[in-house]
Amino acid sequence: MFESSLKQMGDALRARKISSVELTQSYLDRMARLNPQLNAYISIDAEKSLAQAKAADARLAAGSADALTGIPIAQKDIFCAKDWLTTCGSKMLHNFVSPYDAHIISQFNNAGAINLGKTNMDEFAMGSSNETSYYGPVKNPWDTARVPGGSSGGTAAAVAARLCAAATGTDTGGSIRQPAALCGISGLKPTYGVCSRYGMIAFASSLDQAGPMGRSAEDLALMMNVMAGFDERDSTSLQRDKEDYTRDLNKPLTGLRIGLPKEFFAEGMGADVAKAIEAAIAEYKKLGATIVDISLPNSKLSVPVYYVLAPAEASSNLSRFDGVRYGYRAPEYSDLADMYEKSRAQGFGAEVQRRIMIGTYVLSHGYYDAYYIKAQKIRRLIAQDFVEAYKQCDVIMGPTSPSTAFKLGEKGDDPVQMYLSDIYTIAVNLAGLPGMSIPCGFGDNDMPVGLQIIGNYFDEARMLNVAHQYQLATDWHSRAPQGI
Amino acid sequence: MSLSTQDVEKVARLARLAMSPSEIETSRNQLNGIFGLIAEMQAVDTDGVEPMSHSQDLAQRLREDKVTESNQREAFQAIAPQVEQGLFLVPKVIE
Repeated sequence: MFESSLKQMGDALRARKISSVELTQSYLDRMARLNPQLNAYISIDAEKSLAQAKAADARLAAGSADALTGIPIAQKDIFCAKDWLTTCGSKMLHNFVSPYDAHIISQFNNAGAINLGKTNMDEFAMGSSNETSYYGPVKNPWDTARVPGGSSGGTAAAVAARLCAAATGTDTGGSIRQPAALCGISGLKPTYGVCSRYGMIAFASSLDQAGPMGRSAEDLALMMNVMAGFDERDSTSLQRDKEDYTRDLNKPLTGLRIGLPKEFFAEGMGADVAKAIEAAIAEYKKLGATIVDISLPNSKLSVPVYYVLAPAEASSNLSRFDGVRYGYRAPEYSDLADMYEKSRAQGFGAEVQRRIMIGTYVLSHGYYDAYYIKAQKIRRLIAQDFVEAYKQCDVIMGPTSPSTAFKLGEKGDDPVQMYLSDIYTIAVNLAGLPGMSIPCGFGDNDMPVGLQIIGNYFDEARMLNVAHQYQLATDWHSRAPQGI
Repeated sequence: MSLSTQDVEKVARLARLAMSPSEIETSRNQLNGIFGLIAEMQAVDTDGVEPMSHSQDLAQRLREDKVTESNQREAFQAIAPQVEQGLFLVPKVIE
């Protein structure tokens, strides 16, 4: 059952071949056995999950089930879920039991899906290796000496190790796509504004976007049908007609124009990654696609622009953590200012404090134009490069990450080296475009390589089609780590 | 550009983060590394380019001015560090 697609699971549940309680319990048993070595989950609450499973079984018996009714889905611990501990990977929220549901959580609840637990993540989604989590690093199921990527590393590891049927992630600069690549799974970051940010703990509001992570493009399409949709409680949620993201899965790829940005195939990419990406492109040619050489001349500026904009927005968003209304408060302090300063210094980890410092500086008096406004201007140049590129091609492809999963601790001391691991993903967030990563082979040390597929605005259904057709022709996505 | 110890102390104060002198030094070194990366931006010609904050360039959506949330004081206060008689407690601010 752990290898079944979401569609197969749903069919088996609706045919009453298995109950949701049985399915949920089998995942909980597997999590009890494997989570201690992977640390993919921060919170597991069998009683709550099984209560939802029981309700799902009643709905299945009544014949009113939806596609995901009864299916156990893991939720990144950035999503507020009522009565669940919601930590965002931080000591700051070590005792925060959410009084309400995020929009995404309500959507899954309404669909009758089971919340199987809250997955580990980099603190406040700031990190590319999951090592900044207050709850300890997640281990990559393909090699437990290596990182799973980040920030949605717990989700990626849980999906790869079959500790859930599928799961949610969020992506501000690559946090769905990079861990998906490093753990050999599929992940989709939708167009900015497609999934509501309500109840999703904010990092950088103009870039944050929720999306699905799973074992196949077909699974992601079913997840998108639940996650996408307008929500008036998110001021940047887009009012659009409801889509069926599975509608184009079976279209042939004949005539598809794939743009390859020369900047993504220049220096910096590992030779093992390059080999796997080239093989994937060759497979797409066999499937009928044509290749177009394109250029994204400003994409090299993505990392500096991102490390102005994201910390600036983070420093504003994280000012709400003051030890007054919820979360951590320092045990000893002399006055109000001291309480703020000590609560924040003790409650936030080093990387979060670093980004708050960068953001506070670039927004401070005298520097706003030189940094924040300058970065927003270059952001437009980066977005315009994509607009030009899509005049010549339908999708853009390249590597998701310059290397396969690195070792725990390998980049620990140098923030700049860590930031550069998101070099191919960040431009997509800055432009607000949809991007995904699918497994396309293995590199050095038998670690998975991810192929990045970038679509035009609102082109998620086409991207899922492009990924699904590749997954029909290859079996990289169905490989599972040994010994797990 | 290079940040001084005083610059970093000022930013830490603005950000309400208590830092020891050795933490200020570590932070200074790391911030200087990161601002070295960010400095690449300054060479780009952005004359006449409009700053971009949202990919769809949408206007802020407005709604009717009416109450949409119910009062959940008890639920919200149950998770607060220190409360009394429905109030959030902080150290004395006004003498």
